[in-house]
Amino acid sequence: MRRQKSIFENIDWLLVSIYLVLVVMGWLNIYAAVYNVEHNSIFDLTQSYGKQMIWIGSSLLIALGIMIIDGKFYAAFSYPIYAFMMLLLLVVLVVARDIKGAVAWIDIGSFKLQPSEFAKFATNMALAKYLSTLNIRMEDLKTKIIAGLIVLLPAAIILKQNDTGSALVFAAFIFVLYREGLSQNVLIFGFFAAFLFVIALMVKSYILLIAIGSLGLIVYLLMRKTRKNLLVILSITLLACGVVKSVDFAYNKILQAHQRERIDVLLGKKSDPKGAGYNVNQSLIAIGSGGLLGKGYLQGTQTKYDFVPEQSTDFIFCTVGEEWGFVGTTVVLLLFLGLLYRIIFIAERQRSQYTRIYAYGVASILFFHLMINVGMAIGLAPVIGIPLPFFSYGGSSLWSFTILLFVLVKLDSYRMYILR
Amino acid sequence: MNNASTGQRFVVLSIFTAVIIIFLLRLFYIQVLEESYTVSANNNVLRYVIDYPARGMIYDRKGKILAYNQAVYDLMIIPRQVSEMDTMEFCQLLGITKESFIDKLAKAKQFSTYKASIFEKQIPAETYATLQEKLYKFNGFYAQPRTLRKYPDNTAAHLLGYIGEVNDDLIKKYPYYRSGDYIGISGIEQSYETDLRGKRGVRVVMVDVFNREKGRFRNGQYDTLAITGTNLVSSLDAELQKYGEKLMQNKIGSVVAIEPSTGEILAMISSPSYDPNLMVGRVRSRNYAELLKDPVKPLFNRPMMAYYPPGSTFKLTSTLAALQEGIINEQTSFAHSFRVGSKSVKCHPHPPVELRGAIQYSCNPYFCNTFRTFVDNRKYGKSQHGYEKWRSYMESFGIGIKLGVDMPHELKGLLPSVAFYDKIYGSGRWKASTIYSLGIGQGELGITPLQMANIICIIANKGYYYTPHVIKKIGNKPNDSRNLQEKHMVNISQRNFEIVHDGMQKVVEAGTARVARFDTTIICGKTGTAQNPHGKDHSLFVAFAPRDNPKIAIAVMVENAGFGGTWAAPIASLMMEKYLRDSISRPALEERMLKGVLLPGEDYVKVPVIKVQKELKELKGEKVVDTNKKNETAKKHL
Repeated sequence: MRRQKSIFENIDWLLVSIYLVLVVMGWLNIYAAVYNVEHNSIFDLTQSYGKQMIWIGSSLLIALGIMIIDGKFYAAFSYPIYAFMMLLLLVVLVVARDIKGAVAWIDIGSFKLQPSEFAKFATNMALAKYLSTLNIRMEDLKTKIIAGLIVLLPAAIILKQNDTGSALVFAAFIFVLYREGLSQNVLIFGFFAAFLFVIALMVKSYILLIAIGSLGLIVYLLMRKTRKNLLVILSITLLACGVVKSVDFAYNKILQAHQRERIDVLLGKKSDPKGAGYNVNQSLIAIGSGGLLGKGYLQGTQTKYDFVPEQSTDFIFCTVGEEWGFVGTTVVLLLFLGLLYRIIFIAERQRSQYTRIYAYGVASILFFHLMINVGMAIGLAPVIGIPLPFFSYGGSSLWSFTILLFVLVKLDSYRMYILR
Repeated sequence: MNNASTGQRFVVLSIFTAVIIIFLLRLFYIQVLEESYTVSANNNVLRYVIDYPARGMIYDRKGKILAYNQAVYDLMIIPRQVSEMDTMEFCQLLGITKESFIDKLAKAKQFSTYKASIFEKQIPAETYATLQEKLYKFNGFYAQPRTLRKYPDNTAAHLLGYIGEVNDDLIKKYPYYRSGDYIGISGIEQSYETDLRGKRGVRVVMVDVFNREKGRFRNGQYDTLAITGTNLVSSLDAELQKYGEKLMQNKIGSVVAIEPSTGEILAMISSPSYDPNLMVGRVRSRNYAELLKDPVKPLFNRPMMAYYPPGSTFKLTSTLAALQEGIINEQTSFAHSFRVGSKSVKCHPHPPVELRGAIQYSCNPYFCNTFRTFVDNRKYGKSQHGYEKWRSYMESFGIGIKLGVDMPHELKGLLPSVAFYDKIYGSGRWKASTIYSLGIGQGELGITPLQMANIICIIANKGYYYTPHVIKKIGNKPNDSRNLQEKHMVNISQRNFEIVHDGMQKVVEAGTARVARFDTTIICGKTGTAQNPHGKDHSLFVAFAPRDNPKIAIAVMVENAGFGGTWAAPIASLMMEKYLRDSISRPALEERMLKGVLLPGEDYVKVPVIKVQKELKELKGEKVVDTNKKNETAKKHL
């Protein structure tokens, strides 16, 4: 094996370009979102946009660092990195301060670090490492259990930190598992469970149970009355009932009041534009008032005058929608879709199984963030505070997404030197 | 493996694509198709800030200010911005107690911690001056200028009227107004409201989520400028008005003085009156309630709303009609008595008289006879027709109709129709002898002091009048609203007026109103004593002067004061002297008038025409009697 001639050899410049475009667009939109006449320089370090500039600069340095490190390092050090991150997450539980209901940040000097953001790429590495190990087959129960544990461990700790949104992101790995041979039934079951979940929240559980029961009975009567059919239908029906009951339980016993309210508002069970529905309502107004072409850069009134809360972080998409209109939101979404397609394309050209699995993980995480963040802003997903990759203000998230992506860029550029 | 993975890649990419497509469809719907979000966004961020223009000022005919705007300040509070402060000093500056400070702060907080609300209303400029210097110490407080209506002379309350905040009914009726706006509620403030109020300006500003102003919307493209209200010049003579009010203090009644050649009202006094400044600002509702309870009814605008039987003053119009119709002439004399069945009208002893003397001595039998000769005259056929003819003359003098004065709440008085008497006595079953008391101004007659003054204008002008009005100029232009420039003619020859003038001159020189003489001015006048079945008679006097070039026509009515010559005539005379000579040559008389107290005791009774008025109302809708004006209105009703 020969060494790489230059660290920039074989870099996928298309991927890097999309990344740069998104980051700069994010920066400009943060400037618009928290625009302050008294500090109107985008480089003003006392304002969010000035700070974001620092985050972008440091991210580029981090990206450079990643490119410099040898391509074999990541696969080799996947487990230690994972272990270190899990430890860090546990430390957070002990030392972190409570910010907006979540204990997810540790103070490092004047900056706050959010380890849960970094847990994502660490988990992705560990999962890729594990699944690419020789003689590991997805069909084995042991494999499923260990892979599941790798994903659920950080999710559980983050849930304990009260950061439900970040914990949910780990569900994204189901795409990776599916790609690596997990039965499609799992995906279908997952989909049905989600469907039942929503129905169960909207309809009273005993009505739903009766409906499921009678549906099962009708299907059985229509089918041939064999013992096998009876067993299959009976188990499916019971499983469905189990989902319904657990949803009921989870909704009433596990979810906290504010989470229940957010779900109620999303499902239209409650209309509360001043209270729990305020964020979503204001977000819809901001995006909806943008029209086809938008109000123009820095002309957005809803975001600039603070009607939309968390506008530079969780609701940054509102600024895009208000100032750039449907054209702007379409461009941003298509850029993300292009990014996802490119990552999947890159994944499939790898000889290295590790790189491929890692790439799928990157795509899944980015997709999940995009789906929840934009879905929340346009009222299609519950209000779960997770950032829009590369766009949202915040050092931890920008760093972690940069690391996530550039490790892939490095691995991909190294693909000619890896046989497996 | 490879084939299977192609399928899985396809599924994963399909899910990615599907979610993005769903998002794009949703965005297309909320951004392009649905309009309501734009509206909501504007509601969020746009505020329409109203700039209130200063209300127009009112001047008297000599340029004296009657109404102006005083700057006051509302102290506003934004509780969120209030920081630690010296509460004691603050309370001292405002002149409030600590308890009320705590109370007000709590109220403001309850309203909103972000939005500004009024902490202390209408702080006078003097208090504000000291407060302003210290205001920087108190974060979260700022002053907002407002104006308050002021009437510097404390005079002419009924004429000027007052302003108040609009209520829901008014907003419904006049869409111009919005809650919190001020509107003229009575007097000039009401009738010239559209001139005085000016035009509201609107600034469209953008606010942030805490309702803080952030700048103009589109650089003020949609703003409109406030236009200051128009100043008015009143025809009032403030000096004369004040003097009249002083003369009428402690008496109940009215004085109306008009410049005959123009119809301009020089003074219009309703007594008892009140200080117009009582009806301003924070104290208005309390004062209003108290004035309303007062048994002498200071809020009642007597010159335009109270009507009285005109008594002997009515003999003038009755005479003019008879002269014009040729019923009598200047030499006519009648027997010194008037007899109807067992009743007879008697007179006080005086030498036998022809017309001029009858006016001079106010001979009741003479005018009863004149009235009977008129109404029962054969040339009209039936008495009804005679009465109708007579009535049409009376109406042309402005009796029983609204004159159309430029102020609200004018009443038309009472002049019975043929239908009215038909209803009471039966059709054709009444004649002059049934209703003879009309001839001497008693009976079912009701005339307002304003109408009386206007009649004197007609007599002074020898046959015409301009509608009485209080506003001469709107801005710099003469007031040509409401047909005020139109000359109303009365169909009676100048010669006949001369005869009546002769009689009226004698009234003052050698008749019932000798008290009214001053220097060499030739005054024409007529006393009256309106019978009041509920108490002492009302004292009445009408006059104009000088005879050859009338400058002032005046009607004075003093309730329950007895004979016209004792109270009404001196007051009228003093006012004429004041207006024409600007000084008083008879201090003793003035002293007596100023000191006179003619207020009712506990047994005070209202003006005795209410019952007749009620009967008239029942007759409404019946045919209206002739005269040109009435015919017109009748046609309109049809």
